[in-house]
Amino acid sequence: MKIAVFVKHVPDVAEADLEVAADGRTLKGAGLPFEMNEWDRFALEEAVLIKDEVGGDLTAFLIGDEAAEESLRRCLAVGADRAVRLWDEALSGANPFEIAAAMRGAVGDDNYDLILCGAQSSDYGYGMGGPLLAEALGINSVALVNKMKVEGSKVLVTRELEGGWGEEVEVNLPAVISIQTGINEPRYVSILGIKKARKKPIDVLDGAGVDLSSEGGKLVVESLQAPPLGEGAEFLEGSPEEVAERCLALLKEAGGVL
Amino acid sequence: MSVWVVCEHRNGALREVTYELLAHGAALCMGAVTAVILAGPGEGEALAALINGKAERTLLVEDPSMSAFNGTAQALALASLAEGAQEPPKAILGAHSAAGMDWAPTLAGKLSCPAVTDAVALSMEGDSLTATRVVYGGKLQSKIKLGGAKMVIATIRPGSLEDEPKAASVETSIEATSVSLPSELGKRFIAWVEEAAGDVDISQADILVSVGRGIQDKENIDVAEALAEALGATVSCSRPVVDMNWLPKERQVGISGKTVKPKVYIALGISGAFQHATAMKDSAMIIAVNKDPKAPIFQIAHYGIVGDLFKVAPALTAAVRAAKG
Repeated sequence: MKIAVFVKHVPDVAEADLEVAADGRTLKGAGLPFEMNEWDRFALEEAVLIKDEVGGDLTAFLIGDEAAEESLRRCLAVGADRAVRLWDEALSGANPFEIAAAMRGAVGDDNYDLILCGAQSSDYGYGMGGPLLAEALGINSVALVNKMKVEGSKVLVTRELEGGWGEEVEVNLPAVISIQTGINEPRYVSILGIKKARKKPIDVLDGAGVDLSSEGGKLVVESLQAPPLGEGAEFLEGSPEEVAERCLALLKEAGGVL
Repeated sequence: MSVWVVCEHRNGALREVTYELLAHGAALCMGAVTAVILAGPGEGEALAALINGKAERTLLVEDPSMSAFNGTAQALALASLAEGAQEPPKAILGAHSAAGMDWAPTLAGKLSCPAVTDAVALSMEGDSLTATRVVYGGKLQSKIKLGGAKMVIATIRPGSLEDEPKAASVETSIEATSVSLPSELGKRFIAWVEEAAGDVDISQADILVSVGRGIQDKENIDVAEALAEALGATVSCSRPVVDMNWLPKERQVGISGKTVKPKVYIALGISGAFQHATAMKDSAMIIAVNKDPKAPIFQIAHYGIVGDLFKVAPALTAAVRAAKG
């Protein structure tokens, strides 16, 4: 089986102070730590598990500049047979339609049976890459999958719904499956493993085969800014013990639970 | 100008977000909303009755392929309806839900038209729709203009309308129509999967001590359990904790888990991503402990502590124990 997985290299914003660049539309990325998108870590693990189960070869794709290669090395370290990176300066700040066009360009004429990607990315979170790629390739897609099993020329998936529900769907291959977090336990990758993967080659493509002119790409970022803040929390300050005493008082007075 | 709203329903009932979408749509086009109901045979009439008065027109399609949700069928049907309409919609609105995340991007691909997902606000300026989106883990907000297109698609984050949807006073006309879909859609609904009932129902608890990514390790959940025991509380968590298998799914507060409204919600190391926040923001008292002063959880918490949960939680445990004697 020919399997592909798409991964994205994104800034880790969990404890970072974010600054908007002078253009008022983009993030100042300098100084931020970058990592593989959380959803993609699960997609990668699932791709490796499927390859181990049904056999075949796994190609990892990434749309990004050279600095993003670290995420591809991780793919190679956990079992991808090949890695492909596509980048063009025109893709800087690309919207989901342009990214999907680049994904389509990177796949080229290779016919993959199964293409996995994260259901969304932690930076912009559009969640459109997988379904748009599937449309561009003219194949099936299913989004938000938290369980899957390949059965011959089909794949049986469970889509995550709201409130603890799911729906089981049978999909004909070839297909693009967008993976939700929690579907598996992504394996630990040692630094040594990533170092070893440095010896493996990464195919680098430019944007020559990418059509960025689609009607769907008419999205213009007008602004990027801090969200309007509400009243927000009343902050309790002091040593842990002092803060704990304040909490205790609050629980007694207002909470009515002690 | 007309706006279409794709009504979301499950098991014969409209989902709450449908009413929000109708209100969003009405605000954009001053009432000329078309509600689109795609349903299985025999299901449409009851659903259409629920829309009555809330849209100018209901476009009703009953088709066997719509008896259960199928994103491909839904995208194909909407593309066919929009392209064949006498007055094509300027905007097609849907929910940023499990269903919307499947059909909306697919429809955008089929129609080759601009789309934004997960908008928290929409406005129409001149002939262009502008969407507001929350990005980078809730720390920034982005405005996106969908300019110069005949038709656009937007999905909206459930619960993002501040005000109660206004009830329109119009009589809704119902227009039944049909679409021609291929016999082989490439995917088939098999069954609903319901989460196995666990031993603990966190939605019944008066006090929740809830842990997030900041708890760092499975062993550290002891810290939350000690506090919960002292308070007579129940331990719950946010999504990453379940994804890592540190706590079972039944403990998850969030859109895909449980919605909770306890008297006290103590959030330890939870950043407060929308998926979590929307399911606990109505708690009577929220106390949040987080290292990051910019964490979105502090926007919905009543009391915030910027600090190390591994120092604050044990101190609170000791204080509660001392107070209870």
